[in-house]
Amino acid sequence: MATSATQEKVLYASVDSIPLHEINVANPYLFQNDTVGEYFTRLRREDPVHYCAESRFGPYWSVTKFNDIIAVDTNHKVFSSEAKLGGISVQDMHSVEGALELEMFIAMDQPKHDQQRKAVSPVVAPSNLLLLEPIIRERAGAILDSLPVGEEIDWVKLVSVELTTMTLATIFDFPWDERAKLTRWSDVTTASPETGIVESFEQRREELIQCAMYFKGLWDERIDKPGGNDLISMMAHSPATRDMPFLEFLGNLLLLIVGGNDTTRNSISGGVLALNQNPGEYQKLRDNPALVSSMIPEIIRWQTPLTHMRRTALEDAEIGGKQIRKGDKVVMWYLSGNRDETVIDRADQFIIDRENPRHHLSFGFGIHRCMGNRLAELQLRIIWEEILKRFRFVEVVGEPERLLSNLVRGITRLPVKLHAH
Amino acid sequence: MINVTFVSADGTRRSVEIDEGLSAREAALFNSVPGIDGDCGGVCACATCHVHVDQAWMDRVGPPEEGGMESDLIQFAEGTTETSRLACQIPMVPELDGLVLHLPELQH
Repeated sequence: MATSATQEKVLYASVDSIPLHEINVANPYLFQNDTVGEYFTRLRREDPVHYCAESRFGPYWSVTKFNDIIAVDTNHKVFSSEAKLGGISVQDMHSVEGALELEMFIAMDQPKHDQQRKAVSPVVAPSNLLLLEPIIRERAGAILDSLPVGEEIDWVKLVSVELTTMTLATIFDFPWDERAKLTRWSDVTTASPETGIVESFEQRREELIQCAMYFKGLWDERIDKPGGNDLISMMAHSPATRDMPFLEFLGNLLLLIVGGNDTTRNSISGGVLALNQNPGEYQKLRDNPALVSSMIPEIIRWQTPLTHMRRTALEDAEIGGKQIRKGDKVVMWYLSGNRDETVIDRADQFIIDRENPRHHLSFGFGIHRCMGNRLAELQLRIIWEEILKRFRFVEVVGEPERLLSNLVRGITRLPVKLHAH
Repeated sequence: MINVTFVSADGTRRSVEIDEGLSAREAALFNSVPGIDGDCGGVCACATCHVHVDQAWMDRVGPPEEGGMESDLIQFAEGTTETSRLACQIPMVPELDGLVLHLPELQH
């Protein structure tokens, strides 16, 4: 019997009172109410490679410690990302009636993964980002200049979503006035009906097909035009990607939209929240704005915008002393590994001037490591540099609201008040 | 001690000493040579310690093992050439005393 969503909502008095075998850290409500951290702390202490025999996602292993996660992530010949085996999240891909069977290189193994990734990787390579930086900075400045000082506003809607959508539109060279479509498609891609973003999987399917048709139009315009540093032109011109089947074309587009949108959006919001919860760190930043460079990776560790990636064992294997069987579902909880006190000093604290801040799991490791990591860091660096020029304090004035998702660690609303210098 | 010279993209040369048995990644990081990030901690998991081995040293360093993790990762670094290696996979052995490594402008 799969656990129902209603049962999942029942919360125990204390995490320690739950029998170990009943712990199901994939329960999305634990992320919405932000209590999952206590469960991970217990698993890291008592059962770091934990088997959950029963959940609505089926049985799965949770890998919760930093070094065990790296070991799985770098063992792609044993731990597969293949969509047909279930793909990359605890919720199996292709498992829902009415869903599209999307194909994307994040959910492929070698050699196809390598070919497709290499084709699109240059758009987010450091040299191309140098060209994008002034455009992103100008657009970030314009967003911040448009905000009212001293009034309550929603930081998520007016800044985090706006900035990441604008960046995405820049990368795709997407028609500027229609860029809100990108936000919608990003939300729809990761939505299930219970989130309220779509009403049914059929609706999701319809909207994503519209997305594909829209991009097909841009593709057709650009395929015969030489050059173009935008992602559509690159995919249309590369031998590895130009003859993609329809669901692969759509899948890879959505991968880049979600990858470039849902993630950094939440790090932008999460950084504001973390600085408000740690006023001493905020003061350090005001006193020394050069700390932005070490604060950015710390924000990305702290937020961990994607909580996990999942693999499927292609053969029997061992992780942290536990025997994994061929076919088992293995979930690497980056959010937990990023709080592993045996690897990260004072892992449960947000510290903007850490000695080694880049040593975190948020981008994953191995061949599937986040391709857009430098773009994420660039956007965060720019927005913080521009915030510090304009505002003394971005003050959180109400409770944040969080996304109902066990994959995207999302902040859906963050009321703030801006204070000028 | 093993001597390694890192040549930055702008031509700046930095000569450093490192204990035998460590890697070229550590030679850079422990001596504050800019241009190497080494995000994964030196376990061949991220490709942010990409370097170009000086042509004169390529025979002694050799290419990454075919089909191994280093080859799998290095293909996604920017501006790779036939002399590309991950610094964490170059052990500091006496035969490499005097090694010259060229740093890319930026790590992906």
